[in-house]
Amino acid sequence: MQIWPGRVWRSGEPFIWLTGGALAVALLLVGGLIGLILVNGLGFFWPRDVVRLSLADGKVVTGQIVDREAVPGRAGEHRIKVKVANRDLYGADFQWVDESAVKGRATPAEAAVIERTEWGLLIGEIREVRDGARAVAGAEGATQELLRQLPEARRLRQEIRRIEGRDIGKINAAQEAIRLRLKGLERRGVTSGTEVDGLAREATALQAGYGEHERRLAELRKGQTATVLVTADGGNQKWLLVTQVLDVYFPNRMGVATKTAHYASRLWEFVSDSPRESNTEGGVFPAIFGTVMLVVIMSILVTPLGVLAAFYLREYARQGPFVSAVRIAVNNLAGVPSIVFGVFGVGFFIYIVGGAIDRTFYADALPTPTWGTGGILWASLTLALLTVPVVIVATEEGLAAIPRGMREASLALSATKLETTLRVVLPAVMPSILTGLILAMARAAGEVAPLMITGVVKLAPSLPVDGTWPFLHFDRKFMHLGFHIYDVGFQSPNVDAARPMVFATTLLLLVIVIALNLFAIGLRNRLRRAYATSAV
Amino acid sequence: MTATLGISASLNPRAETALVESPMVEIDRLSLFYGTKQALRDITMAVPKHRVTAYIGPSGCGKSTLLRCINRMNDLIDDVRVTGAVRIGGADVYDAAVDVTELRKRVGMVFQKSNPFPKSIFENVAYGPRILGMGRRGVRGKTDLEAIVERSLRGAALWDEVQDRLGESALGLSGGQQQRLCIARAIAVEPDVLLMDEPCSALDPIATARIEELMLELKASYTIVIVTHNMQQAARVSDYTGFLLLGDLVEFGVTRQLFTNPGDQRTEDYITGRFG
Repeated sequence: MQIWPGRVWRSGEPFIWLTGGALAVALLLVGGLIGLILVNGLGFFWPRDVVRLSLADGKVVTGQIVDREAVPGRAGEHRIKVKVANRDLYGADFQWVDESAVKGRATPAEAAVIERTEWGLLIGEIREVRDGARAVAGAEGATQELLRQLPEARRLRQEIRRIEGRDIGKINAAQEAIRLRLKGLERRGVTSGTEVDGLAREATALQAGYGEHERRLAELRKGQTATVLVTADGGNQKWLLVTQVLDVYFPNRMGVATKTAHYASRLWEFVSDSPRESNTEGGVFPAIFGTVMLVVIMSILVTPLGVLAAFYLREYARQGPFVSAVRIAVNNLAGVPSIVFGVFGVGFFIYIVGGAIDRTFYADALPTPTWGTGGILWASLTLALLTVPVVIVATEEGLAAIPRGMREASLALSATKLETTLRVVLPAVMPSILTGLILAMARAAGEVAPLMITGVVKLAPSLPVDGTWPFLHFDRKFMHLGFHIYDVGFQSPNVDAARPMVFATTLLLLVIVIALNLFAIGLRNRLRRAYATSAV
Repeated sequence: MTATLGISASLNPRAETALVESPMVEIDRLSLFYGTKQALRDITMAVPKHRVTAYIGPSGCGKSTLLRCINRMNDLIDDVRVTGAVRIGGADVYDAAVDVTELRKRVGMVFQKSNPFPKSIFENVAYGPRILGMGRRGVRGKTDLEAIVERSLRGAALWDEVQDRLGESALGLSGGQQQRLCIARAIAVEPDVLLMDEPCSALDPIATARIEELMLELKASYTIVIVTHNMQQAARVSDYTGFLLLGDLVEFGVTRQLFTNPGDQRTEDYITGRFG
């Protein structure tokens, strides 16, 4: 008779448990990670109540409770982390309070949370609104008056931004173009004549336009005289320009519905707005845009390259030791650390290719590099290089899986090899190509290291796509969500305040990667149905 | 043309009476090597016009290789070397000047496993004509293509079954229908010769019977060469039969004679089931 453990082992049960257990652990890890990101990232936008804590020593601390932990070394005691904001008044956004020191808690209805253009949140009570030295509203009507003035303040802010960004930006671009043309003429020895005079006249006209805008800006800025008085703990008070106020809300007066609406608008701001205050506030739209554009350009570059290479390797190259060696080399390329690709991108694309382009076509602009510096095209090319092995391998596997009979059928119908490849093989291998592309996109969207040296910046002044000719600016530096996470999380001057942003940005990056993948998977499934090869 | 077929009388002297027919394909001292291994040895024979010619023999005897020599499908394999000649209408297909695609337009092929393209039924049949630019005549081009597809599907006895679903995927057809679709696809380019490499080996007996019926109809318009494992099939459908063994054409002659009164002991052993 067989002993018990042997029989159990041979029944296969323990192995099934083992495999199931491994899967469960993997799922737990992934689920935990995603759960952590979800909770921290989504919680960031919820308008928390403002609590006023009265402490034993008579001090008052007003703010939002964001964390609670056991006090190290003192069993059973806890302390809470209060976001008191008002960085300009207190010097720090956060304050730890021992729970044992708290004598009273209140949630004053009049506690206001003010989002402003600098110094982070302001938490306090709105006391007065003035215009210059003239009092406009006292304690009673101050809030209403402030809310009344907000739309006008927003309009003013937007106009200033439009003049600074678009109008003056256009003049700057035109001036730069004239300067380059003058420099080009000078290089050819032309220092006078109708052409030079014409350009000089144009430059003068532009300068006049510039002065016009400057005057308008000064006027707008001079009109910003309305201020609001906000009082905070410890007798601190702040006179804040109304135009600096982005939003005011009273979390203690808000019900769940109002809070939800506020939450949605904050979330929308996050995905649609530009960053403020060295990326710790505001939105991440430029980073979303940069990430998606980077992945799209990378896909457009990598797919033809990888597919053509795979076609040669599998369809035309004579199989032998050399082709096997090439195949192994390509596979190993996928394992090279991405920073190495980044260094190659800098050395080859930026310095050699970009440098050559600059010397040939943009000589007038030198020594300021146009293409000989990081940009979205070079970053995309670097990523394309990084992901091309994935596309090659996937396409090759797809080609190998196409039944020989299908090719023979086409050839026997007097099609040439090229016709067979284009009409029969290519459609049949499409799903495999898309599989390769999905893997490539997933890898590219998550890369940061090679981008840091090939064109990603902390804050890009303009998107790589805009209204100025030629609309697509592949030479521009760009922002990227992955780099944004690193920058906000580790390079920010106020890491504590920025931490929720890190989670929110991570969540967004995950969502974008998943969305891009789902799109490609959907496309692949459609093609699979259209070109199912199982019956051949 | 009443030229004697290029078959030596020594192979089967009693077959002579039947061989006074015009040859479509003449195979002349054909040898084929895979690298250093010789797969066909000095084969000489002729395929008569508008007849069904069958090749039988045990696995690995070279019958498929011989068939694939006629439309040069062996070219696709690396390291293949061919000596001798295969003449269609007097011209050697292995001549350097021959355009292989032109040859394959004249010599269609149906494979052992049905291999429709993962396209619609219509597109499968239209594939060859499209490649050759047939049915592209002016504004009526599409209609011409439709006519070709209909004629081919009727020719393969498939039209009645699929005329309502030409736009559907060919992969949804049954195995026998798929094989007839492959025949329709092959005859859509109007070849002279139709090569069939064990066309029924993956089919059930009913589907096999339909294909066999079809072959008898098709031989009025096409010269058919078929490779088969199935000796009953060869006996049923073919007018001439060649028996191959280890790369040699042992015997070639009128089917009925070869099966009832083989001239070679090895043929007799094979058809009576003593080996193979």
